[in-house]
Amino acid sequence: MTVSAIAQAASADVTTGTVTAFPATEAARAARDTRPLRLITCGSVDDGKSTLIGRLLWDTKAVKEDQAATLRRDSGKQNDLGLPDFALLLDGLQAEREQGITIDVAYRYFATDKRSFIVADTPGHEQYTRNMATGASTADLAVLLVDARTGLLEQTRRHATIASLMGIKQFVLAVNKFDLVGYDRARFDQITHEFRELALSLGVRQITAIPMSALKGENVVYDGKASMPWYEGQTLVEVLELATVRSAQTVGFRLPVQRVSRPGESFRGYQGTVAGGSVKPGDSVVILPSGMVANVTKIITFDLVRNAAVAGDAITLVLDRQVDVSRGDMIVSIDSQPQVGLDFDAQLVALQAEGIQPGRRYWLKSGSRRQRVTANPVSQLDLKTGSWTQRTGLLPMNGIGKVHLSFDENAVFDAYEQNRTTGAFILIDPDTNNTVAGGMITAKRSSLTDLRSDEARVILSLPADLADQLMATELFSRRRDETDLRRMTAGEASQIFKDAAVDI
Amino acid sequence: MPSTLPETELHNPQTTKTPLDPHLKALENEAIHIFREVAAEFEKPVMLYSVGKDSSVLLHLARKAFYPGRVPFPLLHVNTGWKFAEMIAFRNDIVKKYDLDFIEHINPRGKAENVTPFTHGSALFTDIMKTEGLRQALDAGGFDAAFGGARRDEEASRAKERIYSFRTPEHRWDPRAQRPELWNIYNGMIRKGESVRAFPLSNWTEVDIWRYIQVEDIPLVPLYYAKERPYVERDGMMILAEDPRLELLPGETIQHGSIRFRTLGDFPLTGAIPSQATNLEEVIAELEIATVSERQGRAIDRDQSGSMEKKKREGYF
Ligand SMILES: Nc1nc2c(ncn2[C@@H]2O[C@H](COP(=O)(O)OP(=O)(O)OP(=O)(O)O)[C@@H](O)[C@H]2O)c(=O)[nH]1
Ligand SMILES: [Mg+2]
Repeated sequence: MTVSAIAQAASADVTTGTVTAFPATEAARAARDTRPLRLITCGSVDDGKSTLIGRLLWDTKAVKEDQAATLRRDSGKQNDLGLPDFALLLDGLQAEREQGITIDVAYRYFATDKRSFIVADTPGHEQYTRNMATGASTADLAVLLVDARTGLLEQTRRHATIASLMGIKQFVLAVNKFDLVGYDRARFDQITHEFRELALSLGVRQITAIPMSALKGENVVYDGKASMPWYEGQTLVEVLELATVRSAQTVGFRLPVQRVSRPGESFRGYQGTVAGGSVKPGDSVVILPSGMVANVTKIITFDLVRNAAVAGDAITLVLDRQVDVSRGDMIVSIDSQPQVGLDFDAQLVALQAEGIQPGRRYWLKSGSRRQRVTANPVSQLDLKTGSWTQRTGLLPMNGIGKVHLSFDENAVFDAYEQNRTTGAFILIDPDTNNTVAGGMITAKRSSLTDLRSDEARVILSLPADLADQLMATELFSRRRDETDLRRMTAGEASQIFKDAAVDI
Repeated sequence: MPSTLPETELHNPQTTKTPLDPHLKALENEAIHIFREVAAEFEKPVMLYSVGKDSSVLLHLARKAFYPGRVPFPLLHVNTGWKFAEMIAFRNDIVKKYDLDFIEHINPRGKAENVTPFTHGSALFTDIMKTEGLRQALDAGGFDAAFGGARRDEEASRAKERIYSFRTPEHRWDPRAQRPELWNIYNGMIRKGESVRAFPLSNWTEVDIWRYIQVEDIPLVPLYYAKERPYVERDGMMILAEDPRLELLPGETIQHGSIRFRTLGDFPLTGAIPSQATNLEEVIAELEIATVSERQGRAIDRDQSGSMEKKKREGYF
């Protein structure tokens, strides 16, 4: 039942910097949110990611006097503008300083009057994509940098794709080094347009594009009106202040059990961090994968016995009966359960040189559970075209692929789209013990799944704007490779339907 | 058979303290999660306890993580013999008060060879008494995981470190080959002899630490609060002049003033700051307008640029 959309060409309308503004209601909610916003900078090598975060720290006064003095001392003569090398505030490893590149992700913390931020500055080098994925996995927002002189590169596309696969829905496109293209507005519009196409194919809708000079601090914290009076949009910091923190999903209660606490004969409590939903005494729960049922009697924390716990809370749960629960089990609400099974579909990013090998047995860790698995590649994303190509052989390093997971024993998952904790996993190589992939569950596989990719197809003719909206949904973009798309005029479309009717 | 916990065993159930704001609550939850994960995955964890404010917060979080049980691993204090006297007294009180398993280690070689910060210089002294001492203690205990209170906001190479930081059997850190660490799924798989340093406070800032201490009412070594104390000025640092082993150099005199410490370590290597902040509110207020970082008072971080990374590669925590 794949949909082939026939639709009119949408004329992209890129006149201002802001492609999609954040809805006002969300902004209002965010203003009251005191949780820090987690963001990453990403993009290709040398596009200015570290410089941007360095500048952000500098302009928000997060750099102390002694650190500033060290920076000036270490900077030497690196640019004609007489400015310090802000990237050195981030590139803290000797090897990074020697080579002038970022190798591993740096975490930094800063605050404005309105909120606090945890920022992960990730490396642009393809070789270190694994470290970019590390930063992206926990982020709420991605600042994607593009060098205004070069535009979008394959690595830019890779980073945008990984960020979006990992569930980041808010993007800032920072068209950087704008000082080096004479603050040319046409160039900005061109890159923004190009990115919008990419974003559409990824199902990303919240995009703010900003022309920027990270080095000179234009449109970072302070506006760049002096050099680009035509740009009326927000500065980076203004966008960040209004962005939303990813909210805990509201599906059923999930508690991956980390350990069983038995301080004395009479007490048995299950310790873990609530990974979804909420729980209160009296609730009926199921222990998975065993399927046993029990009721919650108490929620204990150090400070008090609580009458409820919600996603994110680290708790100790007490049940009303003696049931067999051990580390790796999941305690879940009885009326909204995750999937249990031996076969799942997933998307993953291969992080190490050996790639992901078909048939090889890995360790999979998700939540507190570790079990044996094989991950057989099915298709791989072609970053140049944005389409999935069938490929059952090795998924090479930095490749983004769809895989079939097969377990020896029952596994328990939600779809990543529904729960970013119980739908995420890593693969560990049993020989090296290294983490070789990060993955996201898309669905449980059953015999029905195979029927789904059957012959049945539907041809639709839609108004272009509606089609664009549909294509921007996560569901659609995930299965984009199974669809055919032609853009045409309304007249041509109706002709096709007429012809088809004749054939029938 | 229903599991019960007598109400009397509960810690302070009728607490009236102000609840944590969502930011601190999230940091606390994350730290507790890490504690539990390490305790469950490793055979023999240990917690490095340096008696300072970060260690005090770390200990508080460990007690929360395992409540109503005891902290299921020992605390390890790698002493140098040159700590502030008040630190040792405080440490002994805490160990008794919270019923903790406790190990103290002083490098016997350093002791035998009379290694001091005055005779050997801060770099060599730190190398022998701290880095080597730590390696000895970890090897002797056969520990496969060690909790530390390091924060990423402390220093540029720390900002790069994973929450589970992998170490070779020689305790080396290879910053160029860290394991990817996605979401909050930690990879604790190691071979015999290898180990992991785990950092539950990775995402905390200095201000977070102080605000948490305030809300949670965590006891601290009094040196963190300003008081009239004797000191000498040396190499641009204010050195506390209470220990008889501190010999005055020509031209040095003992001065008195209201001072406090932002970090605590070995008294000859830790500089005080002039301050009037005698309680937590005042310390936090001072901090929020501070123009220099907390590490500025530490001789060991200033010895050479990139010195922290170098020390960490060699096994320093
Ligand atoms: N003229 C100009 N130069 C810039 C700007 N932003 C960054 N640069 C320069 O570009 C170079 C690379 O900057 P970095 O910040 O190290 O780039 P990066 O994206 O962090 O690089 P990797 O992390 O290695 O991928 C440095 O020499 C910066 O000074 C800008 O806005 N204008
Ligand atoms: Mg960089």
